[in-house]
Amino acid sequence: MALFEVSGYKKYCELREQILPAGLTHLVDRPNHYNFGTKTREFAVPPGVDPSGFLRSCSQDGGVCIEMNHGTTTLAFKFKHGVIVAVDSRASAGNYLASKDANKVIEINSYLLGTMSGSAADCQHWERLLAKECRLYRLRNNQRISVAAASKLLSNMMLGYRGMGLSMGSMICGWDKQGPGLYYVDDNGTRLSGRMFSTGCGNSYAYGVVDSGYREDMTVEEAYELGRRGIAHATHRDAYSGGVVNMYHMREDGWIKVCKDDVSELIHHYRKGMF
Amino acid sequence: MAARYDRAITVFSPDGHLFQVEYAQEAVKKGSTAVGIRGKDIVVLGVEKKSVAKLQEERTVRKICALDEHVCMAFAGLTADARIVINRARVECQSHRLTVEDPVTVEYITRYIATLKQRYTQSNGRRPFGISALIVGFDYDGTPRLYQTDPSGTYHAWKANAIGRSAKTVREFLEKNYTEDAIAGDNDAIKLAIKALLEVVQSGGKNIELAVIRRNQPLKILESKEIETLVAEIEKEKEEEAEKKKQKKST
Repeated sequence: MALFEVSGYKKYCELREQILPAGLTHLVDRPNHYNFGTKTREFAVPPGVDPSGFLRSCSQDGGVCIEMNHGTTTLAFKFKHGVIVAVDSRASAGNYLASKDANKVIEINSYLLGTMSGSAADCQHWERLLAKECRLYRLRNNQRISVAAASKLLSNMMLGYRGMGLSMGSMICGWDKQGPGLYYVDDNGTRLSGRMFSTGCGNSYAYGVVDSGYREDMTVEEAYELGRRGIAHATHRDAYSGGVVNMYHMREDGWIKVCKDDVSELIHHYRKGMF
Repeated sequence: MAARYDRAITVFSPDGHLFQVEYAQEAVKKGSTAVGIRGKDIVVLGVEKKSVAKLQEERTVRKICALDEHVCMAFAGLTADARIVINRARVECQSHRLTVEDPVTVEYITRYIATLKQRYTQSNGRRPFGISALIVGFDYDGTPRLYQTDPSGTYHAWKANAIGRSAKTVREFLEKNYTEDAIAGDNDAIKLAIKALLEVVQSGGKNIELAVIRRNQPLKILESKEIETLVAEIEKEKEEEAEKKKQKKST
């Protein structure tokens, strides 16, 4: 069907598949621009299965209700000397603590970081896929991918599976030709550029602390302290956050890992000043 | 021997040729000449205009097309094939802007066009595109670029090149005359392109179409009046050169 393909005509079922990929599987090796080749059906949904319908039935009253927990606190903010990224390290499965030492920051490359909140499996998989695409971009085009493009790739991946129960709230932070970049991407396909974001169920506590202490012209040490405080106070009040504060500083020549402080020790330290 | 291996594109001949691709390159050699020159702050594309029939509107035959604000291309070969390639390239430029939030680099869009052409040399039921393209433009860091693609899907960067009928003559002229001085200024680069085309074009300025891109400016197609003025300048310079040589000989 050479003429068919060459004329660019798309069957309705093909178009529909792009929005709701619940059709027959086929590998497309053409680099598709709107999602850079992630359309290779690693996650093809088998025919007859409708994830969005299943999810709808789960959230109605009277049926079995599945609650998606987003147990985490992560925060990131831009300031004069770059971007600070701080996350907690508690992984919870309902009321059970799966890990107190989870790594919620993926180091995509030396100048790009991604944070994870929501479902650990979804975050890890999609952000590792993003890392693969970023490496391929670097090899193909001989220059590093911009933070805007990397976050766009991730949000396009999310859009491809919209409504099917993915749970991911991520911040893509980096430094590219345009300077420091910070984007918030979530499982709905939302993609926002901003100066400060916090995700996870502890985010309200973190916002309170960082909003009240933030100044554009902070020194680097002050910014580290603000990030530490934001996570520490959030873990103090939120049951689903805890463990240690993993903090990174994104600078022009790449990121550095600042610290890995235990939150209980931090709170003890702050309490001395509080009372 | 060739007769048995040239029907299907997907069949190699015993001595390693893909005859369909080579025949496509022959089709390119039948097309009208196009020349591209990379200057310091300007890139120039010139094509030989085929004379139009009396009743035909001139404007509908355009061999130089913009792919985006900062990239344009000229081709030699089958015009219909070129239309398809240009359309796909234009879509790709916008798609890139949408996903990556940055304009394409000239190398990227050239690679895309070359990959497209190569795909058609390796599929069932399709024939290769019968065009060679000269793609010029500026990257967003301000570097001027000139690339050439051919029907087999290879691409190379050039300082100056020509494709189509009599491409060899024009390229030899360019090899002799492309120097850092010759492209020192914008006008010098344009004049070099016109001089190169005048080598092979029959009746002078009327049959030349010229387009330029200057850094941070969109594609500009020169009007025939401007071309006539430049051709007149070139003629004058030639006469002055001839005069000087005569005087040298006589003294």
